[in-house]
Amino acid sequence: MFDALSDKLQAVFDRLGRKGRVSEKDVDEALREVRLALLEADVHFRVVRALIERVRERAVGTDVLQSLLPAQQVVKIVHEELTQLLGEPGRLATASTPPTVIMLVGLQGSGKTTTAAKLAVHFKKQGQHPLLGPADPYRPSAIEQLSQLGKQVDVPVYLGPERQAEALCRAALQAARTKHLTPLILDTAGRLQTNDDLMGELVRIRDDVKPSEVLLVADSTIGQEALKVAQEFHSRVGLTGLILTKLDGDARGGAALSVREVTGVPLKFIGIGETLDAMESFHPERMASRILGMGDILTLIERAQETVDAERVQAVQRKLRSGTFDLEDFLEQLRQVQRMGPIDQVLSMIPGLGRQLGKANENEAARAELRLTEAVILSMTPHERRNPELIGGSRRRRIAKGSGTSAADVNRVLSQFRQIQQLMRRSIPANSAKRNIDLTKLFH
Amino acid sequence: MPASGGFASLREAAARTRSALAGHVSAVFGRTELDGSAWDNLEEALITADVGANMTDLLLERLRGRQRRGDVRTLEDLRRALAGELLSLLDGAREPEAFLPEGLTLVLVVGFNGVGKTTTVAKLGRHWQRAGRDVLLVAGDTFRAAGSDQLSVWADRLLLPCIVGQRGGDAAALAFDAVSSSRARGYDLILMDTAGRIHTKTNLMEELRKLRRVAERQDVHIRTLLVLDATTGQNGISQARAFREAVGLDGIVVTKLDGSAKGGALFAIASEFGAAVRFVGTGEGADDLAGFDPEVFVETILSPELNNV
Repeated sequence: MFDALSDKLQAVFDRLGRKGRVSEKDVDEALREVRLALLEADVHFRVVRALIERVRERAVGTDVLQSLLPAQQVVKIVHEELTQLLGEPGRLATASTPPTVIMLVGLQGSGKTTTAAKLAVHFKKQGQHPLLGPADPYRPSAIEQLSQLGKQVDVPVYLGPERQAEALCRAALQAARTKHLTPLILDTAGRLQTNDDLMGELVRIRDDVKPSEVLLVADSTIGQEALKVAQEFHSRVGLTGLILTKLDGDARGGAALSVREVTGVPLKFIGIGETLDAMESFHPERMASRILGMGDILTLIERAQETVDAERVQAVQRKLRSGTFDLEDFLEQLRQVQRMGPIDQVLSMIPGLGRQLGKANENEAARAELRLTEAVILSMTPHERRNPELIGGSRRRRIAKGSGTSAADVNRVLSQFRQIQQLMRRSIPANSAKRNIDLTKLFH
Repeated sequence: MPASGGFASLREAAARTRSALAGHVSAVFGRTELDGSAWDNLEEALITADVGANMTDLLLERLRGRQRRGDVRTLEDLRRALAGELLSLLDGAREPEAFLPEGLTLVLVVGFNGVGKTTTVAKLGRHWQRAGRDVLLVAGDTFRAAGSDQLSVWADRLLLPCIVGQRGGDAAALAFDAVSSSRARGYDLILMDTAGRIHTKTNLMEELRKLRRVAERQDVHIRTLLVLDATTGQNGISQARAFREAVGLDGIVVTKLDGSAKGGALFAIASEFGAAVRFVGTGEGADDLAGFDPEVFVETILSPELNNV
């Protein structure tokens, strides 16, 4: 599904490489792959065009043509351009005289209400005393939703008799002043950027409450429309930042680039889950990798973290380093992988593995393979699982019979296990004296 | 918010589209010659409508082939050929048969977070109530705060019965209750809202599978409707694939088509999964629901300037 971009580029250059020097035309061919990757990530057509032009200039102008590893060079340039365009995470501004007002705006269903509650948690953790101000009198139960969330995170919610968005916001601001609560987080109604009346309402609210931040909340699955949405919200209300939500799925989130390019406002937070503390700052390099569809080993680790408890991960890490990773651990890992999600997706997050596995990573085939592997391992005695080298001819026949497979299947599982053992010994501990710490510390 | 809705407004939109096309040819087909820039504009129009880069390449290749064979000579030919290609991608999206069977039926409305499931359930309730069905709404979004309240407010407005799950409660048990009480009280159509979910989360998708499995034991027709947001880009394909794998796909409702989003991801989805688009959502009102007209949908893709009408 998402073959890593670097693999595709490598394939292009492998094909071209045989004839010697890489030419300008070859770079263009590689850039076609980059372009596809960006468009598949929903980066806007025109933003892609501008990006490709920049990458082309740098690639042709400099060292790619002489490089021994042209694919990596192109990936590096693209990745740098993307990282740079994404920029560093923006900080939230504070008003010189409290209360600070933060307005959340966006399309319907982009996640504003959940984001409002997450921001409240964020400020509370910093020792501030936020107030949530519901400003959506249109959607049935929108105010009720925010008030329940407020209760859940123990943050006060302004619940007044006002029936009109502007009046609700003014009254909430007054309440924040009298109760000395700051910041005030205003959750406005979702609206289409083409709806002139409702856009006018936002302008009036802004003029009334003079917010320090007007944050566009955008769904990471949004397509090409992101550009027009951001442009229109920015020109009417004046945005100060972007929050990209629902990044816990497989959306690549190319919209972040479109919004950055067209408004210049920074990305301030990302939403990565429905639990109310699932709001994080973001890492530009990781975000760039994700948009490019390159392997995202850190996301994989995070997802593992969701399904696996930290101690077990640590235990496996220890075993990997000490070389005592055995078939028992392998079985455990297989089961965890199965819990983590569609297998092809999980595998595609491991850089380079997507290509190695080739077509075998089709979902069904992979699942059947996992079941077979599991059956084979389960037919071994615990002693055999810990000491696979014991398995000779007669044990192999017994295991095959017990698992309803053939001796060849048993051999295949064993050699797979040895390969994975090697692969893990090479990849994880090698680049990750640091990553071992990451596993427990970085993702609490 | 649009005051008028339903089929009438879609027909109006169609009429507007056609007259806009007839009156002044759109940006893509603004010139009369079939030069390089015409092809470039065409590519941009398709991609910015979220048709997707791969699908766009495929379409352009087919059209170039037809140009080489001499079928396509003028811009008007190209426009017509493209419309034909786009329509054929939607073949699977045409309604092959009535969506609802006779007899007690449970419709599961599923989808990603924030696509508009709850509003869609309310609109569908209104639609089928008018068509003479005895409708029961089930507020099965037991996860989101006030998710159930939202549907019960709609039910009050529309004078439809609604059963509500406890927050954090088991949706499968709720579906079970809904079927039993429909039998007892004579409802023949159960419209069940479900919690929005990220389609890559295995446990949440498993919950949906279980919901369907439990309902299947009750001798009731089951139909699944996937709600897709028209502003969604290429991720829509992944969403459709995952929901289809979990609970099957009897139909699609495309929401938020009243904005400037074109919903072009639907071409890849319809051609890959052969799922019929049953309805489109065109606003926030209970009547803002229309049947899907492939011709109108394609015309909108081909006329970028309509956004600004």
